[in-house]
Amino acid sequence: MDKRVEKKKLDLSSRYQALTQDLQWDTSYQSMDKVFPYARYEGIRINDWSQWQDPFKMTLDVWWRQQSEKDRRLYAVLDAFAQNNGQIGVSDARYVNAVKLVLQAFAPMKYALHRSLAHSARNLPGDAARIAAQIQATEQLRHSQLTVHAASVYNKYFNGMHAAPRWHEQAWYLAPVKSFADDIASAGPFELMVAISFGFETLLSDTLYVPFMSAAAHNGDLSMVPAGFSSQSDVTRHKQAGTAMVKFLLQQDSLNIATVQRWVDKWFWRSFRLMPLVAMLQDYMVPKRVGSWKESWNTFVEAPINALFAELAPYGLKKPAGWQAACAAKDHLSHQSWNAFYGYGHAIAFHTWVPGNDELAWLDSKYPNSFDRWYRPRLTHYAQLEAAGKRFHNHSLPMQCQVCQQPMMFTEPGDGRWISYRETRHEEESFHFCSDQCQTIFSNEPDKYVQAQLASHTILHSNSNNTPEDALQASIAALGVVIGRDNGEFHGSEDDTNFTEWGGGQDMKEAQL
Amino acid sequence: MSVSAIGAYTYAPHDTADRFAAPLLYVAWDEHMMFAAPAVVPIAMDTTMADVQAKVLAALYSAHPDFERIQWTRVQWFCGDRMFTPQPNATLADHGFKHKSVLRFRTPGLEGLRRSCG
Repeated sequence: MDKRVEKKKLDLSSRYQALTQDLQWDTSYQSMDKVFPYARYEGIRINDWSQWQDPFKMTLDVWWRQQSEKDRRLYAVLDAFAQNNGQIGVSDARYVNAVKLVLQAFAPMKYALHRSLAHSARNLPGDAARIAAQIQATEQLRHSQLTVHAASVYNKYFNGMHAAPRWHEQAWYLAPVKSFADDIASAGPFELMVAISFGFETLLSDTLYVPFMSAAAHNGDLSMVPAGFSSQSDVTRHKQAGTAMVKFLLQQDSLNIATVQRWVDKWFWRSFRLMPLVAMLQDYMVPKRVGSWKESWNTFVEAPINALFAELAPYGLKKPAGWQAACAAKDHLSHQSWNAFYGYGHAIAFHTWVPGNDELAWLDSKYPNSFDRWYRPRLTHYAQLEAAGKRFHNHSLPMQCQVCQQPMMFTEPGDGRWISYRETRHEEESFHFCSDQCQTIFSNEPDKYVQAQLASHTILHSNSNNTPEDALQASIAALGVVIGRDNGEFHGSEDDTNFTEWGGGQDMKEAQL
Repeated sequence: MSVSAIGAYTYAPHDTADRFAAPLLYVAWDEHMMFAAPAVVPIAMDTTMADVQAKVLAALYSAHPDFERIQWTRVQWFCGDRMFTPQPNATLADHGFKHKSVLRFRTPGLEGLRRSCG
């Protein structure tokens, strides 16, 4: 009888070779240029695709096993939270507004990013790069779903969560997020990989994941916490892959360096212009605080980026052009953002409020150089108006930056007094920007940004029947937001009174005693 | 190339004056960021400066406690970065304003809520 020979298992790198690199072949019936039409127009030169190193040597079968195991554990926790009425156990109903903001801004953004990555997965003419893009695309889709699932328990009990994808498409205050995702979607397969994996995930995503997850845990939200951690384990991988990819591009040809530097400058800044939402979430929206935005910036951005760019300097890459300006904003960002949202509180889809006295004291202790000098007087004034029954509403239409589409609410770097204005004339037309960086992004590709649909302008286009008076509020009401129920003042809102009636937050208060 | 694209790519600007019922003017009161960002105001360029002050600025900013304390003769006016002295009966166009110009005014001595620029 023949002896059966056990098939020898391939070792890890042979398996990786077999399941990624060996899947690549050069086409013969059609030219490679026709099969990969997007490969060259961005001006990136690749001489040897086999140099692309996935630091994790991830193959699809390994990845499937890992992800399904993670999902099994996660959904057990989500189910338990829902069955035990976990929504009543959170610290304070104000906290749920942080969940709403994540659901409205970041779940749809992740969905949009998965589509862009799928474009790279189809169009990069390198095998390992395509696999990496495909895995990342699927993970972005998964993160979007996880956020929606984790938030869905709250949707049954709280207002303002019923149409997040629609608001992402059309609501004025989510325009910075949508325009970020659209800018990526209309970039080429190389630029969008640098934008997502490096510009957003490597450089800034820790500010969203780490502090928000600890804040969620601290506030008793055991639904968002496991979803966040489950995503974060993927993002950690994306970050390392992003850095490896940038090194690969820089090493392939010295002519790539200028292009990659321009993309790093651009996408650091575009990602940074999403940070006002994250900053105010941390400093204003989580009732039990774990740390300030400024502390997060120091820990999760300044220190690691300094280290990272020291590592990348030999490759010819410098820190992003907006680095100094971004660091100088750390004393101001969250306050300017919350001030704007509070003022436009009737034209968004979550609640706003003036922090309580202990919270004002906390803000002062965290921001000794800026809070008392510039920002506390606004909040005190709003509180006085509110006490007199005349809550402040800013009824104007905000002027927006042509590139990042944020309201023009940012002051000059390191200063609290002067709003930062930049203007460029292009083909007899004026365009306005919030910063040098947004102005430069425009100047590099004006034909891309002249077509931006700025929400404040769209509301006023001649085919619109809205009048400027409260047009912003009308625009949000047209998207299915119920004015006064889904937005406006938190105190006395349906969310507030319901939560009190259910005995919400009691466990946490007793635990503190 | 003014845009990175796979082929020829041109797109007319989205917000030219002809697409609006009236030209747009951006209006801001320096050092008063209780109004977080400058306002977008559709307005005919033959509006006089007296009307801008009495109607537009009053509608936008009278909720601010500083507004009634403004001494209008001391106000400094800017079209973009350029300072100008308004003539009450002269129009926005006379002073050089166009579609998407920025009108800023500064009120020396009034620096917002407790001088915080709020």
